[in-house]
Amino acid sequence: MSLWTKHQVFEKNSFALLIGILIMVSIGGLVEIAPLFYLKSTIEETEGVRPYTPLELAGRNIYVREGCYLCHSQMIRPMRDELERYGHFSLAAESMYDHPFQWGSKRTGPDLARVGGKYSDDWHVEHLRDPRLVVPASVMPGYPFLAETALDTYGIADHLKVNALVGVPYTDEQIAEAGRDMLGQANPDTDASDAFKERYPTALVRDFDGNPKAVTEMDALVAYLQMLGTLVDFSIYDDKANLR
Amino acid sequence: MCRFKTGARKLMASEKARLVSLEEGLFAGFLVLLTFACLIVAGKTHDGVMSFHALIGAVAAGAGVFIIFNNYFNSENAAPVLQEIDGKPNYNMGPVKFGTVASMVWGIAGFTVGLIIALQLAFPALNFDLPWTSFGRLRPLHTSAVIFAFGGNVLLATSMYVVQRTCRVRMPGSVLPWFVILGYNVFIVIAGTGYLLGATQGKEYAEPEWYADLWLTIVWVAYLLLFLGTIWKRKEPHIYVANWFYLAFIVTIAVLHITNNLTIPVSVFGMKSYIVWSGVQDAMVQWWYGHNAVGFFLTAGFLAIMYYFVPKRAERPVYSYRLSIVHFWALIFIYIWAGPHHLHYTALPQWASTLGATFSIILWMPSWGGMINGLMTLSGAWDKLRTDPVLRMMVVSVAFYGMSTFEGPLMSVRAVNSLSHYTDWTIGHVHSGALGWVGYISFGAIYCLVPWLWNKKSLYSLKLVNWHFWVSTLGIVLYITAMWVSGIMQGLMWRAYDSLGFLEYSFIETVEAMFPFYVIRALGGGLFLLGALIMAYNLWMTVRAGEPAEAAAPAPGVLAAAE
Repeated sequence: MSLWTKHQVFEKNSFALLIGILIMVSIGGLVEIAPLFYLKSTIEETEGVRPYTPLELAGRNIYVREGCYLCHSQMIRPMRDELERYGHFSLAAESMYDHPFQWGSKRTGPDLARVGGKYSDDWHVEHLRDPRLVVPASVMPGYPFLAETALDTYGIADHLKVNALVGVPYTDEQIAEAGRDMLGQANPDTDASDAFKERYPTALVRDFDGNPKAVTEMDALVAYLQMLGTLVDFSIYDDKANLR
Repeated sequence: MCRFKTGARKLMASEKARLVSLEEGLFAGFLVLLTFACLIVAGKTHDGVMSFHALIGAVAAGAGVFIIFNNYFNSENAAPVLQEIDGKPNYNMGPVKFGTVASMVWGIAGFTVGLIIALQLAFPALNFDLPWTSFGRLRPLHTSAVIFAFGGNVLLATSMYVVQRTCRVRMPGSVLPWFVILGYNVFIVIAGTGYLLGATQGKEYAEPEWYADLWLTIVWVAYLLLFLGTIWKRKEPHIYVANWFYLAFIVTIAVLHITNNLTIPVSVFGMKSYIVWSGVQDAMVQWWYGHNAVGFFLTAGFLAIMYYFVPKRAERPVYSYRLSIVHFWALIFIYIWAGPHHLHYTALPQWASTLGATFSIILWMPSWGGMINGLMTLSGAWDKLRTDPVLRMMVVSVAFYGMSTFEGPLMSVRAVNSLSHYTDWTIGHVHSGALGWVGYISFGAIYCLVPWLWNKKSLYSLKLVNWHFWVSTLGIVLYITAMWVSGIMQGLMWRAYDSLGFLEYSFIETVEAMFPFYVIRALGGGLFLLGALIMAYNLWMTVRAGEPAEAAAPAPGVLAAAE
């Protein structure tokens, strides 16, 4: 049959084979990925989603570093049981400043997309230190070292700058004051925290780890967990306006 | 290293006081620059991980320079390396041997870490509350060790072997093949130690940070050139079907790796970087990458192994040449679409995930085309299943391939996925593919390769292969059935309602229900590891005490396909 003979072009010419492979594997990816960058319906119009504060960003980096995403998703699906268990289904807009995304693929532990405000700071600190103190049947590892490790403030402004470079709308002032803001958020009633509140009016200012002497990795991680899923006010959010 | 030296001494020899070859010069120059760059980074960096990795880089690059020049100065009186000896190609098998040994070592390490994290889920005290031993850091170590360290070395070793044999020519270069195999293993060391120390991008199966990614890109391009270079030199007019699959694997992995790992480092002196993609686009790019790491690394690459080693071991030609053509093009075209089925019901637009699921279901056909081609290659040789446990292992691996490529499309259906997603069912599915298909086809290939490479008549003991087969098959069955039960059970518990319309189970109750299955899964993983240890002993004894083979080249005609 002639078609089979024609295939010999690929069998006898490595360049033809190479080009053939490249064409075949390019099509699917292009069709599926490229439209997500220009279809307006991909990311909803919402109010409230803001870039992470320096402390939250540091907390998020600890979340990534410890591989939390391997057991906890941050993506609530629109099914009755998930809506009742975790809250409103996740919007694309809620992770639009996430580099990288942390939707996860496995729920060895519960979803965390809306864990913010669900438990007290004390609960989180105890739970991270020794999960089985507050949830006896938990299989989560303990992270006692977080409370003992001072938060690394080195170069946090550069972290914000790189985020701005990849599309997160940090202002020049937020970048320049990142170091102070990081400590200000965890030290209420200081000049730094007042200045911080002006730059991030909707952010929480608290001594998250209950240890006023130091700003630790625990402060950062709890600050991040406590804001997760809280940015969009779903009492006024109109999901009909953003049908997807 | 000393085997490398003596081997390479022969390669690089030429007339007295020869000049440094262009290849040696370029590699040495590049590695010298790299050594200095690493030393500068190590001196200026703020973070401990980066200085540790920069030092590893400096030592490795420096060692490379030393080896190149050491060989150059030792090669003056040696005979020049021959392309052919007595009309037969003088194959370069040193790097293949290295890759084979490395794959066994990394395999056992990766299976062990898998067993540890399986036990951690049943007995959380085993996390020891230390950063370096917690599940979140060990899990990427397990996945990378088995996929990229074990699987990667199997692919490198077998591809270098197969492309030389089927092109009937020696690989090009003297430094290049060693650069590829050693460079790849340096990447593994940097990636693996990075996970333990907390260096991660936080993207599944793409965890290594920017500098490791950059290094892998360099090594991978060298690998592509090495592979293509061998094909360009070939003495056979046809490029054998296994090489199509290897080429598709190498090229596509390069495209996937680069696109998914586009990051901007915070500083060249620090390990942390931020990925350029965000949120929903990052999710799409990640699973386009993630699923095709399965499709091209764990499938196309290992199908290449099937297309060489199954016919070779069965001493039968490939069942259908036409089927292999259809299944090759269909497989690579369709696989690339399948990624978004990982994102059903998420914030990814539904058109994308539905498209992914549609192609996943279509993918069933080329997948089974490959399975049929592999299995039917045994026509007329089925009796060998009784006598040859190595062949049996490979045939069972193809059967597992068929099973998991049926289960995959099933799980990509929206309704099924709504239950299976986020549960252990996914883990079970992955492992029926990874242990059954990738593991067994690799074991089969290595059982074939070791006697060939070390010039032995046969394996030390076929009885031990038999033991390996049954012990690890029992392990796989325990593993995947435990995960089916726990996954489906947890999915059902999450959505169960009581008669009053309340959620019946709190989350922690579903965690508690997993315990017996986590124990059974760990037992299954332990048996699989035990099998690999039996294999390692068998291979060790084959190399050490095996009877030398007569110098007889395997007949190449066996591989000529049936029309």
